[in-house]
Amino acid sequence: MSDPKIIETDILVVGGGTAGPLAAIKAKAANPALRVLLLDKANVKRAGAIAEGMDSVNNAVIPGHATPEQYVREITIANDGIVNQRTIHAYAIRSHAMIRELDSWGVKFEKDATGEYAVRKVHHMGAYVLPMPEGYAVKKVIYKQIRKLGVEVTNRLITTRLLLARDGSVAGAMALDSRSGEFVVIQAKAVVLCTGSAGRLGLPASGYLFGTYENPTNAGDGYSMAYHAGAELSGLECFQINPLIKDYNGPACAYVTGPFGGYTVNAKGERFIKSDYWSGQMMLEFWRELESGNGPVFLKLDHLAEETVSRIENILHVTERPTRGRFHDGRGTDYRHDLVEMHISEIGLCGGHSASGVWVDENARTTVPRLYAAGDLCNVAHNYMLGAMVFGAIAGEDSARHWGGGDLPDYDPAQIEAERRRVFAPLERAEGLAPSQVEYKLRRMVNDYLQPPKITRKMEIGLERFAEIRADLDRMKANNPHELMRAMEVHAILDCAELAARASLYRQESRWGLYHYRPELPARDDGEWFCFVELRKGEDGRPHLFKRPVPEYVVPVAAAELYAYDQMRIDAAE
Amino acid sequence: MSDLRSPSVRIDHDKCIAHKGCRTCIDVCPTDILALGPDGKVRMAFDECWFCLPCEHDCPTKAITVEIPYLLR
Repeated sequence: MSDPKIIETDILVVGGGTAGPLAAIKAKAANPALRVLLLDKANVKRAGAIAEGMDSVNNAVIPGHATPEQYVREITIANDGIVNQRTIHAYAIRSHAMIRELDSWGVKFEKDATGEYAVRKVHHMGAYVLPMPEGYAVKKVIYKQIRKLGVEVTNRLITTRLLLARDGSVAGAMALDSRSGEFVVIQAKAVVLCTGSAGRLGLPASGYLFGTYENPTNAGDGYSMAYHAGAELSGLECFQINPLIKDYNGPACAYVTGPFGGYTVNAKGERFIKSDYWSGQMMLEFWRELESGNGPVFLKLDHLAEETVSRIENILHVTERPTRGRFHDGRGTDYRHDLVEMHISEIGLCGGHSASGVWVDENARTTVPRLYAAGDLCNVAHNYMLGAMVFGAIAGEDSARHWGGGDLPDYDPAQIEAERRRVFAPLERAEGLAPSQVEYKLRRMVNDYLQPPKITRKMEIGLERFAEIRADLDRMKANNPHELMRAMEVHAILDCAELAARASLYRQESRWGLYHYRPELPARDDGEWFCFVELRKGEDGRPHLFKRPVPEYVVPVAAAELYAYDQMRIDAAE
Repeated sequence: MSDLRSPSVRIDHDKCIAHKGCRTCIDVCPTDILALGPDGKVRMAFDECWFCLPCEHDCPTKAITVEIPYLLR
């Protein structure tokens, strides 16, 4: 095996999807003399959750429509109070400026006749949804800024582990070129992880490994890397579960159709939830509806006028997931006279949609010096696309200012050889298990044992199965660098599965609706569990679980208001 | 790689200009499943399509059609 390729940079940004490009742009803007490297396992031009674009901003905080304080209150309530308000506030106060900056770069947002942003209401309380009529262009617009500022870009590198400095901070990362099979070591003064959600955790009901809601490149690499670097992970029991189009497994999407008059109904054609905003409480009512025999659940658009349906199609079938129309055509589904069958997705981990991620403070700093996290990977609740961009920007600026000066940290070179042996083992083995088979079995077990409702005995059995699969990791055989990338992703998926099970067992109550519904412990227990559940890798190499108090609120929330999302169900008698 | 007997990403080789050096679809695919075959033509090499469409939209000659994978249809 040849020597690894060594790359030196000042700020390394891992992940070129949504948060990463903003981190790189803002690090470079903060100090143009710094070398900033933006790296992706795919191609930055079309990487991440918004590879094909996005049809709306879900959390715009725009003066006249919402205040940062209102937004902080809204998300605090949406996440059952378990939030670090300082992070949400840090997003909210930069939200409007971020929209205006994107607007100045060429991203199109819907405006009314007077030129003001046309904000719409989907959330339980406030109005934060801003359509992006040409949202398919968002990646291209941002890519131009990356090029303009002179950010270096490297594609097709899958980062497998962070390089640790002798002082316990981070000194860079190690990666595999999934095309050439080259092993690459990147030395950096600070690393910003923007690797997205753990979107390949549960197995889609279709059985198709890549039929996920999230971009399947988002396999949870960042959760695994941060964990092995000693960073604190937060809220891994607060799963991401979404209401999706059955079989297609993509969003319907309530944020687009809701403002036009679309809504969710049961098999009788009756509404049963008050708000289609994605929350655990909404998902619990969805699940109960299915369990009660009133399912299936549908998205109803057939009552809308022709011109309204056409407008919806022009958004839904063009941006974010443009094959939606192709899927409906294949089944002869027409929004004009057919309901769209919905289902409950497999589980994932995602800060942007729920709240599970690497713990960060309001400067996007993790608990490990020189290591930052932003976007779906960090635990800033319900942060979505714009929150990813703002936290990416915060991470880029803070890392450049704080660590840009000084020397590259010193590290023990032994970890490079150890990682190289781990990564290349499946390629060097003469025979073994196909990574896709190990992944299939692992994700099927995730469905069988971790999909809520969460049952103690089932999760314990799940941990036994995961331990057996961990032994199988040393039996995987890859035939080429591409399969080797998939094999390394299976390592990350397994870490996420095990940590999600352990965090779920640790929190002895139910919270966040379906996301953490434990029928054996059906009540919320604020006395014991009004706190974060955190974990980090202990000295013994095992996950160490602990409570972290909810930091003092910067925006007070009245006790009576805090659990407003409990009143999600529309009773039949109403 | 499971079954590519009926690849869900279809490439019209009469329109494809890979022989002129074009690599657009290969470059933009998030899951890196498109590859140049030994015959110089682009083909779907791994059954890992997310049906996201950058390949189809970015193709300069509109040679690509992405179908929904059979298991989801």
